[in-house]
Amino acid sequence: MTMRATIFSAALISLAALLAVPAQVAADYRGEANVRIDDRSSLHRGARLFVNYCMGCHSAQYHRWMHVANDLGIPDEVVQENFIWKTDELGQKVQVGELMEIAMAEDYGNAVYGGMPPDLTLTARLRQEDWIYNFLHSFYLDSNSPTGVNNAVMNATAMPHVLWDLQGLQTAVRNDNGDIVDFELVQEGSMSPREFDRAVNDIVTFMSYLGEPAQLERRRIGVWVMLFLIVFTFMAWLLKREYWKDVH
Amino acid sequence: MSKLLTWVDDRFPLTKMWREHLSEYYAPKNFNFWYYFGSLALLVLVLQIVTGIFLTMNYQPSAERAFSSVEYIMRDVNYGWLIRYMHTTGASMFFVIVYLHMFRALLYGSYKKPRELIWVFGVLIFLCLMAEAFFGYLLPWGQMSYWAAQVIIALFGTIPFIGPELAQWIRGDFVVSEATLTRFFALHVIALPLVLLALVVAHILALHEVGSNNPDGVEIKKQKNADGTPKDGIPFHPYYTVKDLVGVGVFFIIFFFIVFFMPTFDGHFIERPNFEPADPLQTPEHIHPVWYFTPFYAILRAVPAFGGSAFPGVLVMGASVLILFLLPWLDRSPVRSIRYRSIWHKLLLATFVVTFIVLGYLGAVPAGPVETMAARIFTILYFGFFIGLYFVSKFEKTKPVPERVTMK
Repeated sequence: MTMRATIFSAALISLAALLAVPAQVAADYRGEANVRIDDRSSLHRGARLFVNYCMGCHSAQYHRWMHVANDLGIPDEVVQENFIWKTDELGQKVQVGELMEIAMAEDYGNAVYGGMPPDLTLTARLRQEDWIYNFLHSFYLDSNSPTGVNNAVMNATAMPHVLWDLQGLQTAVRNDNGDIVDFELVQEGSMSPREFDRAVNDIVTFMSYLGEPAQLERRRIGVWVMLFLIVFTFMAWLLKREYWKDVH
Repeated sequence: MSKLLTWVDDRFPLTKMWREHLSEYYAPKNFNFWYYFGSLALLVLVLQIVTGIFLTMNYQPSAERAFSSVEYIMRDVNYGWLIRYMHTTGASMFFVIVYLHMFRALLYGSYKKPRELIWVFGVLIFLCLMAEAFFGYLLPWGQMSYWAAQVIIALFGTIPFIGPELAQWIRGDFVVSEATLTRFFALHVIALPLVLLALVVAHILALHEVGSNNPDGVEIKKQKNADGTPKDGIPFHPYYTVKDLVGVGVFFIIFFFIVFFMPTFDGHFIERPNFEPADPLQTPEHIHPVWYFTPFYAILRAVPAFGGSAFPGVLVMGASVLILFLLPWLDRSPVRSIRYRSIWHKLLLATFVVTFIVLGYLGAVPAGPVETMAARIFTILYFGFFIGLYFVSKFEKTKPVPERVTMK
């Protein structure tokens, strides 16, 4: 009996150890994103920033405009007028039913960045929210870079500091080993550091939604499924107890 | 109604089959926790088939469209995300259940005479399931799908003389490509499910021919009532149908908790690199299989290359799976259940459980020198279990087995 308990607990402990293994080695994180996926105003601000600042070069080609409109409660006309800039062969803006592609031509992207900037639909799932949060915070001045900036999270990134007018410009503070430990703001942007942090969180929140739109409803549905299953299991247990009364 | 039943029964053994397999199939009354996993495996098989059918309606097996069609399912298909998460969670839970089901057989000697064929069919199901999971994992066409397939198929390429041609024949191309994707799709949705279903039928028929084992390892057919029914047996229906229903409820609570609240299971059930489309020109820094293959992958990596070829590792990994077939003949003890076997047997089995889990961990992490050394030690322990069982089972001092089953 005790042996069985030993085997069992050994199995459980090992299983717990297995689950504790991170699937990916943690990157150089400085902060954690504050993603509140149910905060609709954060999603709205994030959508606006994402479309204005990211979608000049990055597509979100697996998602559709109409889902953004429906899921975030934005009227179709507002999305059509303010979010969509891609045009069809006739020069007309595409409709909200279309995928979230961008107007930038591939030749141009290849010529300017040496490769088309990656699609961002699934970045929050691929790299995780915290990575994006830190990436957007970590542009620093670097005179050796063609864009004038480098990034502490992704060294030698081809991406310019798109949010510079919001954040301002910062230099890297390094320790004796040359590792970046902090940043120093040398030119103020239109936002205070606090406001900028909120803006980054809003972008990350929207990208989290973009990565998995289903998360807006899956937890809500899940609660009801759990409640049903608990009642179901209890009833099944009562039934079992009734049938098994005569088994000794 | 009864007239209709008589009409059918005159033409088809409906009532006869119902009786043989459910209402008059006598199962031992002392089944415990470990006996839920057989019916649960069947449940998950059905879930995988049903969710798979709906996924097939919207998935497109082409290099161009596969990845985007999965995202189409996640976004544009009504409740497509739910169906897909059930399928991905189902795949992982299938292995959880099958591993626990197999462990039950180890605990109570369910593979021993006269149940050798049940075990052999079971191992065949396990092999089939591994192939099914492997083929299915390529279909989302993400980076990990692509490169894991590349690595696994390359293993066949290490076989002397025929290897390279064999690997090329499997891929249908020089690298993993659309030709590979389309054939894996066909194998995943048609070929293997058919074989799997046939094997499951054989597994259950063999079980019902000899009757179920139980936690005491007592043969209930030896003690019968005047009417010929086993004294310690109860009809599967309704007793075990209602009992298994409770098991289904508990399992569904866990299953749907994962589906609704942690569908990627922190990157174990759906792996992060797979959110990037397959790119044949860019190798991910760390390629590893999904968690349920990692124990065998650890064994593969543990074996040193010979003459620049990884073939010895492939052989040993193959042996680590195939050795399971021999289990009924390696265990020479007359006693089935661990309850009445020696401390040595218990230690052996406990070591095996720990070994399997540690190998699973080692197969999931990048292989440094420490990990490789550990994997070698645990690979030896893995095979040591089977060798140890052969000798311990012959010489161990067992406890007396009771005449009747015990209810504890």
